Amino acid sequence: MTELLSIEDLHVSFPTEDGIVKAVDGVSLTVNSGETVAIVGESGSGKTVTSLSVMGLHKKGSVIIEGSIKINDGGTIKDVVNLSPNEVRDIRGRAVAMIFQDPMSSLHPYYKIGNQLAEAFEVHNPGNKKAAKARAIEMLDLVGISEPDQRAEEFPHQFSGGMRQRVMIAMALMNSPRLLIADEPTTALDVTVQAQILSLLDKLKKEFDMGVLLITHDLGVVAQVADRVSVMYAGQIVEEAPVDDLFYTPKAPYTVGLLKSVPRISAKNERLKAIPGQPPSLIHLPQGCDFSARCEYRNLSPVDCAVIPVSLHTDSAGHSSRCHIPIEVRNSVFAKDLQELK
Amino acid sequence: MLAYIGRRMVFALATILVVSAVVFMIFAILPFDPAALTCGQRCNEQIIEANRIRLGLDKPLYEQYFLFISGIFLGRTYGAGSAAFSCPAPSFGYSFNENACVTDMITEALPITINLAVGALTLWLTVGIGLGIVAAKFKNRWPDTGSSVFVLLGTSLPTFVTGLALLIWVTIKWKIVPLSLTGYTSLIDNPFKYFQYFILPWITLAIAYAALYTRFTRAALLETLGEDYIRTARAKGVGEQKVFFKHTLRAVLAPLITMASLDFAGLIGGAIITETIFNLPGLGRLTLRSVYEFDLSVVLATTILAATVVIVMNLIVDMLYAVLDPRVRLT
Repeated sequence: MTELLSIEDLHVSFPTEDGIVKAVDGVSLTVNSGETVAIVGESGSGKTVTSLSVMGLHKKGSVIIEGSIKINDGGTIKDVVNLSPNEVRDIRGRAVAMIFQDPMSSLHPYYKIGNQLAEAFEVHNPGNKKAAKARAIEMLDLVGISEPDQRAEEFPHQFSGGMRQRVMIAMALMNSPRLLIADEPTTALDVTVQAQILSLLDKLKKEFDMGVLLITHDLGVVAQVADRVSVMYAGQIVEEAPVDDLFYTPKAPYTVGLLKSVPRISAKNERLKAIPGQPPSLIHLPQGCDFSARCEYRNLSPVDCAVIPVSLHTDSAGHSSRCHIPIEVRNSVFAKDLQELK
Repeated sequence: MLAYIGRRMVFALATILVVSAVVFMIFAILPFDPAALTCGQRCNEQIIEANRIRLGLDKPLYEQYFLFISGIFLGRTYGAGSAAFSCPAPSFGYSFNENACVTDMITEALPITINLAVGALTLWLTVGIGLGIVAAKFKNRWPDTGSSVFVLLGTSLPTFVTGLALLIWVTIKWKIVPLSLTGYTSLIDNPFKYFQYFILPWITLAIAYAALYTRFTRAALLETLGEDYIRTARAKGVGEQKVFFKHTLRAVLAPLITMASLDFAGLIGGAIITETIFNLPGLGRLTLRSVYEFDLSVVLATTILAATVVIVMNLIVDMLYAVLDPRVRLT
């Protein structure tokens, strides 16, 4: 097991006319080979910004990145934050690859599938057109596209959504990267196709001995494929734990809120439980805990959550959470609340 | 594919037929007596009546239209006996004002207009797309600002201002391009004279169009740069230059070509202002003169010609689009 990605104290902010938007605020996480790490959070929580930072895909000049993003490039550790644009470009698609949310718009409509795949190979192995073509067909076959040599000659519009996502996965794996970032890879697909794509990703993870950083807002997907989970809220990680621990013994109020708001088929004629309120503005973050204004447990806290900042605390079992409420109180209250759901 | 083209051709022919019928009818409704217009001031009833019979204007309207259409395919003879004169196929009528077959007048004017349009098109595509690329590549920096000044000037200055300004300064005051007195020389006969003859009209027309194309190219490029598939290309590790000049530019090509083809078709109908300013005996000036002089057969012919060019160019654009955009299937 090798460490493929190590993000340390990452801060990403965007200067705008209204002020500085702190999209990512001190995120740390690691991804090892053979492991799927999920980042969960609602829209605007900073999960996609984090993944784009790893790829160095932010528009130049529009963003301030601090901290470090260390990528294992075949044994050499490289910090993406300090690399030149060309050095980052060299890593992209080779050491780390990415698949995106919407396969319908992620493929170039005017180029043949085979050529788009081959390009991913040629960029990093210039002058080897034949090998690139062969590799493209091999990868199409690997992701479960039948008659790959014929389909390579087709255009994206001739593929269904699920097939296009398979193509995107094949494209990402053209250079056998060790680290794969999957940004909401199944969000735009229907449920049966979702399951196929997830199991394909899992199979390929093992075959390529990859580490996968999975970005999602879907707790169902997380439960299915993740080994470890980081829950993000307003640009910060509020809880980080192995997947079972997170689902059975959540320790952050926000995670509990998320779990409670999952619609359940057993629930009889009752309203969907939602977390009240809105996430805070990323320009004017609260002084204390970012979640304090929406937290239904805040009166259990011995301190004023809105004023006193809260840091991420890791227990002996490697379960991290961000909350002022004493851990014993949280354990009993959360366990009782989640019990009611069953 | 072939079936599609065949069907479109039939459709195009039908459209042209309808256009010609409508134009023909409009002229029939106009409160002019075409026969009376055929002779000058010293006219009498007898000449008018004789010309009316000669031109077939005494026949009912549908028969006149039939004669007009059959003339296109078979040629047409006016009058009878020793006073008869004929215009061979394809005949679009006879102009009494000029004492010439309309077809001959058009074949004389058409090369000038085509040369004007092709040269201007080349110039404005080069400048417009080039500037658009530069503006998009250096967004919000000085080349972009510079190009938007050009766009503003180009779109707001009418051709009669730019054309006259060029004529006054470049030709008359600075004498850079001499005033052409010999008239049109073909490119093969004398390339130097050819360029001298056309360069200012080209520039005049091109400035207006280039400004539009700069704006369009810049906007389309910037929009495409934000597309998901461009992000995918970057994620593959493709370099910025290739992302821009291959992936982005390719996506902008199809709408640009459509726009250029239709603008070109519009110009073939005649660039009236430019041709008038620079005294080019092209289709635009022919049409303008004919309108002033009520030379109805010429106006009819140029109108049908302009409509035909637009219809044919539309057909070509649709087929080009199928080549450029794999999502478009011609069925």
